[in-house]
This record gives sequence, structure tokens and C-alpha cells, in this order.
Amino acid sequence: MSEQSGNREVAAQAARQRWLAVLARAGVAELETQLARHALPALSWLRRPESGLMMVRARAGGTGQQYNQGEVSVTRCAVQDETGRLGVGYVQGRDSRHAELVALFDLLLQDETRQADLLPGLIAPLAARQAAARDKASAQAAATRVNFFTLARGD
Amino acid sequence: MYVAVKGGETAILNSYALLADARRGDTDVPELSVAQIRQQMRLAVARVMSEGSLYDEDLAALAIKQAAGDQVEAIFLLRAYRTTLPRFGYTLPVDTARMGIRRRISATFKELPGGQVLGPTYDYTQRLLDFTLLANGVATEPPAQAEALPADMPRVTDLLAGEGLIEPETPPDGDPAPVDLSREPLKFPADRATRLQNLARADEGFLLALGYSTQRGYSHTHPFAGEIRMGEVALEIVPEELGFAIEIGDITLTECQMVNQFAGSSTAPPQFTRGYGLAFGEAERKAMAMSLVDRSLRSQELAEAIKSPAQQAEFVLSHSDSVEASGFVQHLKLPHYVDFQSELELVRRMRATHGQPTPEEETA
Repeated sequence: MSEQSGNREVAAQAARQRWLAVLARAGVAELETQLARHALPALSWLRRPESGLMMVRARAGGTGQQYNQGEVSVTRCAVQDETGRLGVGYVQGRDSRHAELVALFDLLLQDETRQADLLPGLIAPLAARQAAARDKASAQAAATRVNFFTLARGD
Repeated sequence: MYVAVKGGETAILNSYALLADARRGDTDVPELSVAQIRQQMRLAVARVMSEGSLYDEDLAALAIKQAAGDQVEAIFLLRAYRTTLPRFGYTLPVDTARMGIRRRISATFKELPGGQVLGPTYDYTQRLLDFTLLANGVATEPPAQAEALPADMPRVTDLLAGEGLIEPETPPDGDPAPVDLSREPLKFPADRATRLQNLARADEGFLLALGYSTQRGYSHTHPFAGEIRMGEVALEIVPEELGFAIEIGDITLTECQMVNQFAGSSTAPPQFTRGYGLAFGEAERKAMAMSLVDRSLRSQELAEAIKSPAQQAEFVLSHSDSVEASGFVQHLKLPHYVDFQSELELVRRMRATHGQPTPEEETA
């Protein structure tokens, strides 16, 4: 593998990580509306949506040895198109349709022509809204930051 | 002769109906929705998730509704439900350094980088009943906003570690996978990973009392709340289909880093030691109590005298689980008719012979 194609692969993986993270945090209603605007290719479900558990790991002291904190509910599925592309949906929670929608968009986003439409049309606005919600929570927390001051004592 | 006794089916079925009716209460009062419990009783939801050992706000809220607010019963319901689901695997260890912070305080450094962020806390409320809530007249003033917090909020323990003043907390060689108490029984001696999993799902009241006992002199650990932080942390997994890490959502966590004194030894210079607490959701009391007990259970590795209950791993870890404890205490309600009958016979016989001379005395 040449260095150039290796770099392309790394970039493609990073892009996919990004859209999967955004889709996993998106609302189902919104994804449903967006999906209605796209003609789906012929598909086969390699794994129908199933809900289960994953054990959340943490580290002693935040940085030390691993331990098991407790489980989290997760729903997953996988879909394939005729070219063999694989769309993967993993979401926190038990919403089967959410996992399906993530897998379908993951599949569509791997098609370069659709990607050119979906990245700015779907992923970017979703990401912006998610960032805005995080910023708002952070800004509200920041308003509760303590500003210490020292009272001057009179002599 | 053994005589099987049957009966009670109708009584039990009628008790179900009566229980459902009691749970619902007066039907002139609107029924609580699971969404309302999830939104407006979030601290109850957090506790049920932590001790139920399952992060799912909807299911925890449902369990609370079904249990009519009985937390230990709700925790039991969630634990029972989890056994019906397949296990897909493990997440990557959560990185609390990258938490989207909503609260972060330190009792050890006033002016720490990033500052003291109070967040949504009851700490500074006056604990006076708010009768506007009784009248459903909630003040709806939106929370104030300031410039968003810096993305990077260093941990207080990392600041101390920079000077070598606190014991380092690094993964052991090879970063081994920990014991999983949801698949393996608790065995002693229990390593720290095992203890932390046990404490993470331990009953908050039990940990609180034990933690309190360490402060009152039953094991001296001299704790300082180095840092408490609460906020959202990304969940990362490596799906088998992909082979690389992806984020599948966020969970709310509360972390407490307790900083404790340590005198040092002939081989180690004096440095602070650590106790760690982490809990699902907003659960500061739980995280603090857990960090106190984590530290007291480290007595053996730190060569401290083991004299108090909170230092005794076998005592603490065997009695920390509310599902097990509640099950064993409450099993006393179940029929023990035959057991008791035999005891009854025995006591009657002993009473009948009480005060009479024993055969030895008679022959003497």
C-alpha cells in the first residue's frame, strides 16, 4: 500500500468515525425525515436490530488500571448493499429504528456522490446543533463559576 | 411423612391487583409518566442506574414507577431485567479528563485552573421547604450563561502528580482486562478492579455509613476531596465489523478523587494516596462515599493496620449489594413453617424437662 492510499484510508476512517458519532447522538424523527428524501439501493440486513448490553469500563483514579463500572444498553444492526458496502449502526439505548437509521446513513455516506450531498446537508447541521447544545450546557455551568475576591482589611 | 401444602393462588392474584391499585393511588390525580420521572426525578434515576448496574434512564425511570418509588425494589427490577439481554462486549475505558463539565469543585485548591464550577447543586440551598413547588408555581427564569468552559480542565490529581506529591495512577503492565463480577463470583483476596466494580454498584447508604465511619476514627485516612467533577463523557466502542473505535453516545458520570495522607515508609518517600469514586448520573454522595471506602480498603497494600470494618474487604464487599442483602433479609418472610415446627417441638421438650433432675443427677 502506498503512503498516499494509506493516508486516504486514515482520512476515510476519521470521516466515518465522525459521522457515526453524530448520527448516534441525533434524534430519530430528524433522521427519519432526512431518509425519506433518499432513494435507497437494494439492501440486505446482515444483522437485524438487536438490543443488548455493553459493560462500561473505567480506570481507577481516571488513569490507572481498568475496572468494570456497570452496563449500558446498546442497540446494533448491520446492512449491506449489492456492492458489498457495509452500513453499521450502534447506538446507546434500546431504539431499534435509531440503529437502523444510523446503519442506513452509514451505508449511503460511503457512496461518494451521496456523501457530497449528505455531509453538508445532514451531518454538518446535526453536528452544529449538537455542539451548540454542549456549548449551552457549558455556558450555563460557567455562569456558576466562583470568582473569589479578598476583602481589604482596614488598618 | 412429608405433606405438600398448596394454596394461596387466589390470594396472590388478588394481591397483584391490590398492589397495582395502591401503586396508582387516587385516580383523580393524574398518572405519572416515565418521561416525567426521568426528567424530574433524575437523582432517583441515577441511583437506580448505578446500583442496578445498568445505564438506561428510561428503564430506571420505569423501574421507579413500577416500584412505587422504592429504590431498592427498582434496583432489583433493573438487575433482573439485565439478565434477559445478551452481552455485546465492553466499551473502551471512559476518559473522564475529556468530560463535558457541568460541575467541578476542589476542596484542596481554591484557584485551580478552570476554576470552581458549582453547577446544579443543593449545597448552597438553605434546605427550607419551597412552598412554591407545592403550588406548582415553579420559577421559570432561564439559567444564566457565561463564556463556555475551557475544553481542557486538568484534574487536580494531575497537578499534584506533576510534582510527584501523589502516588501515580497508571495501568499495570499490559493494561490487563479486569475481573467482571457480573460473570464471575466474588473471590478473596479481591484486587482493586474487583473492589471498584463491587463498590460502583454497592448500596449508597451502606457506603455512606462506612465512609462516615472512617472519618469518625474507624481507620484514619485523612481525606480531602481533591476534585469532584460531573458531566457528560463519550462512550466509545470498537465494533467487531469495523475494527476501529466509534462513539455511540454520552453518559453522565460523577467522579470523586479523594486525596489522602500517607506517612511514607523506608522505601517510599511521603506522598499523598488516592481513593477513587465514580458513579452513573449525578450521584455525588455515592461517588464521595465510594472514594472513601476504596481508600480504606487499600490498607493492606499500603501496609496500614487493619482494625476497622471499612478496611475489611471481605466484610465490606460481601455486604455491599442491596439486591443480595434485601433478598436474604426479606427471605425471612417466606414460609418457614416446618423449620419453625421443629424448633417449637424442641423448646417444648426443653421446657417440659426444665428444672427436673438430669439422669446423671438421679443416679447420683
